Amino acid sequence: MPLLLKQIAPPEVPLEADNITPDRITGQTPAGVEKLTVMHGNETRRIGDFFRVTGQYDGVINLQGDHLGRVKFIGARMSRGVIRVDGDVGEHLGAGMSGGAILISGNAADWVGPEMSGGRIEIRGNAGHMTGSAYRGADMGMTGGEIIIHGNARNEVGNAMRNGLIAIAGNSGDFTGVNMLAGSIFVSGELGIRTGAGMKRGSVISLKDAELLPTFDYSCTYQPGYLTLYFRYLTGLGLEIDDERVRGPYKRYCGDSVEMNRGEILLYSG
Amino acid sequence: MTECLQLAGGKVYDPANNIDGDIKDIYIEQGRIVETPSATPRKINVSGMAVMPGGVDIHCHIAGPKVNLARKLQPEDHRLDPHPGTEQTRSGVGGSVPSTFATGYRYATLGYTTAMEAAVSPIGARHAIEEFHDTPVIDKGFYVLLGNNIFLQQLLREGRKEEFRHAVAWWINATKAYTTKLVNPGGDEPWKGKKNSRVGNIDEKSDVIEVSPRQVIDAFIGAVNELGLPHPPHIHCNNLGHSGNFDTTLETMKTAGDRRVHLAHIQFHSYGGEPGKNPKSASRQIAEYVNSHPNITCDVGQVMFGKSTIMTADSALAYTLRGFKKAKWVNADTECESGCGILPFSYQEHIYVHALQWAIGLELFLLSEDPWRIVLSTDHPNGGSFMNYPKLIRLLMDREFRKEEIKRVNQKAVKRTLLNELDREYTLNEIAIITRAGPARALGLKNKGHMGPGADADITIYDEMEDKEAMFNAPRYVVKSGNLIIENHEFRRDYTGKFLHTEPGYDASIVDQVKPFFENYYSIEFDNYAVDDSYLHDHEVIASSP
Repeated sequence: MPLLLKQIAPPEVPLEADNITPDRITGQTPAGVEKLTVMHGNETRRIGDFFRVTGQYDGVINLQGDHLGRVKFIGARMSRGVIRVDGDVGEHLGAGMSGGAILISGNAADWVGPEMSGGRIEIRGNAGHMTGSAYRGADMGMTGGEIIIHGNARNEVGNAMRNGLIAIAGNSGDFTGVNMLAGSIFVSGELGIRTGAGMKRGSVISLKDAELLPTFDYSCTYQPGYLTLYFRYLTGLGLEIDDERVRGPYKRYCGDSVEMNRGEILLYSG
Repeated sequence: MTECLQLAGGKVYDPANNIDGDIKDIYIEQGRIVETPSATPRKINVSGMAVMPGGVDIHCHIAGPKVNLARKLQPEDHRLDPHPGTEQTRSGVGGSVPSTFATGYRYATLGYTTAMEAAVSPIGARHAIEEFHDTPVIDKGFYVLLGNNIFLQQLLREGRKEEFRHAVAWWINATKAYTTKLVNPGGDEPWKGKKNSRVGNIDEKSDVIEVSPRQVIDAFIGAVNELGLPHPPHIHCNNLGHSGNFDTTLETMKTAGDRRVHLAHIQFHSYGGEPGKNPKSASRQIAEYVNSHPNITCDVGQVMFGKSTIMTADSALAYTLRGFKKAKWVNADTECESGCGILPFSYQEHIYVHALQWAIGLELFLLSEDPWRIVLSTDHPNGGSFMNYPKLIRLLMDREFRKEEIKRVNQKAVKRTLLNELDREYTLNEIAIITRAGPARALGLKNKGHMGPGADADITIYDEMEDKEAMFNAPRYVVKSGNLIIENHEFRRDYTGKFLHTEPGYDASIVDQVKPFFENYYSIEFDNYAVDDSYLHDHEVIASSP
């Protein structure tokens, strides 16, 4: 039986709930969990002030409620276990997480999995800006793990990302893969503008054509073998990719030429 | 509200009064140390603990525009190190450049009660003083950057020594500074004015300013000593960080003759080898010269491994370093009076140059014969945060720990130093000198760095422990101006420290000459430039003795 946190009162201002992680909850009774702190504005409050906690943690934490979109930092720095959210979530979901899984049935706000190093985040709905990004000022974003978004994502997906995978079944916003250092971003739908601006290495793959920056040079049209394996893996995660697109061919652009041209953008050109 | 206190039964380390670990009671009344109190004191039992004067940091960067720019440049450094508030104290953020409140509290938690900001451009003085107002607990002051001031260099070029002295004094009064600071004297303007040109030799006259660094250094040492400021010119020599720069450092010290001078972060100026190639250690030459010249005081500027922030008025240096790091940096022009460069940095054990810098700093500590003239510093945050002081103290006091640490760094670098042959261990008394009594004396602060009757009641009490790092990391009690700030490791009250400055005399007619220069070349009005007396609350003027 999972540990159930049912929202009883909508917070007046967003909650910062970085204590809602398997790491902090392991070994706690429901009453003990209710005593853990959350930040409500500038006040320190208890989880029990906003959630009714029942059940016993068996590896899964289940959050339910209509106002979970106002709860930030769920699963921040978690290293194991599963968090399942029935509904939307607020900003900074899984910030800096290193393991485990987070499953969201609704939409996520900005900053999904910033600077995460491992584990998986799966979102059935849409995600906001800055998915898998570096926080402002930091030189590295996501360094490992996977983020799967079944809806759309907004701007700056994978800002300064260093490793790992971000897969988006819908569209992505502007600056996808901006300042990317390495890793892979896969987008089924449309890319916004200025994809890969300032990228050093890494791959951005899209199943649609896109307008690219002039600092990306066309190199060839080919059928990259590794994509077949990649797509098989993504299909296993629940993304739908038709056979034509699995076969290709793809146009390969390399760039950003202001950063030595070692990154790549692959666009389907069937 | 100050208390009447009796610190009973502690082992007192008060080197200025020749007390080395004697058991002695200390009485405090009205913020000062007294022989016998007039009222019944509150007795605090400190037996088994080490009682020392509050620490004095002679060289750090904690306030002013460049410090704030470094804060703004590094949100990532702050995010990971929050400094929560308590009932008594305010919150902030840490990292290598903490916010103002966190700076004050964190110094206090190490037992430091005085810190001097080492470089503020005159135009940034107002900003620095405003930040000082929000830097709690510690007493503080700043040194004003005058070594690359175009107006002063013009006076020198024309040989107007008398007016030069008056102008220096005017600037100190106008900015409420403590003394003058020279950074890369005579080197910034040529660099700014002529496509990255570097003044290599201190006798070289750049055609931009037509004055050699040696003339600038000589003139300032002369002027400041004639004005009788409590602290001599604080000099960051030319060629910081370049291989073979020890020659420049020696020449700078020779320029002083037998006049008082303070050399800042001397570790960064003790490199041998060929310019442009890997440095070697020249600490022996530097230490020998300092040892045999009692007019010279210096602070070390020890490099500690980990995150740091290079923050300097030496724009040329920041420009050179940005080529190695290839990440974000800031270079700013400071009107007609200085430069500014900021760059996040980290020192790493396995890198030859970093390990060598670390080893040279330790060599200088261990080779110096007079602890009164060498001060413990990391040039915070350039060599590392001041939060590294406890570890540095352990490196100096604990030979075995030092040997273990030496094994962890680049061995090629260590082999080029004497570090493995140096067996010296600092005693607690010597640590009390290099962190308290020595810097207070070098600064001319007669009421600080000792615990004789009449001294400011700035006192730190440590539990005596075998592990000196743990000992100096967490004093059990900290008393500031008679207020018990930290009791049993916890903040008991907040306190606004004093602002320390000097007021040397000068001939007011010099203003008639400075003013037209301002109106022609500065972006702000002359009348808005000087810091007015409304900024002086909780302050103390340290007397000059011409």
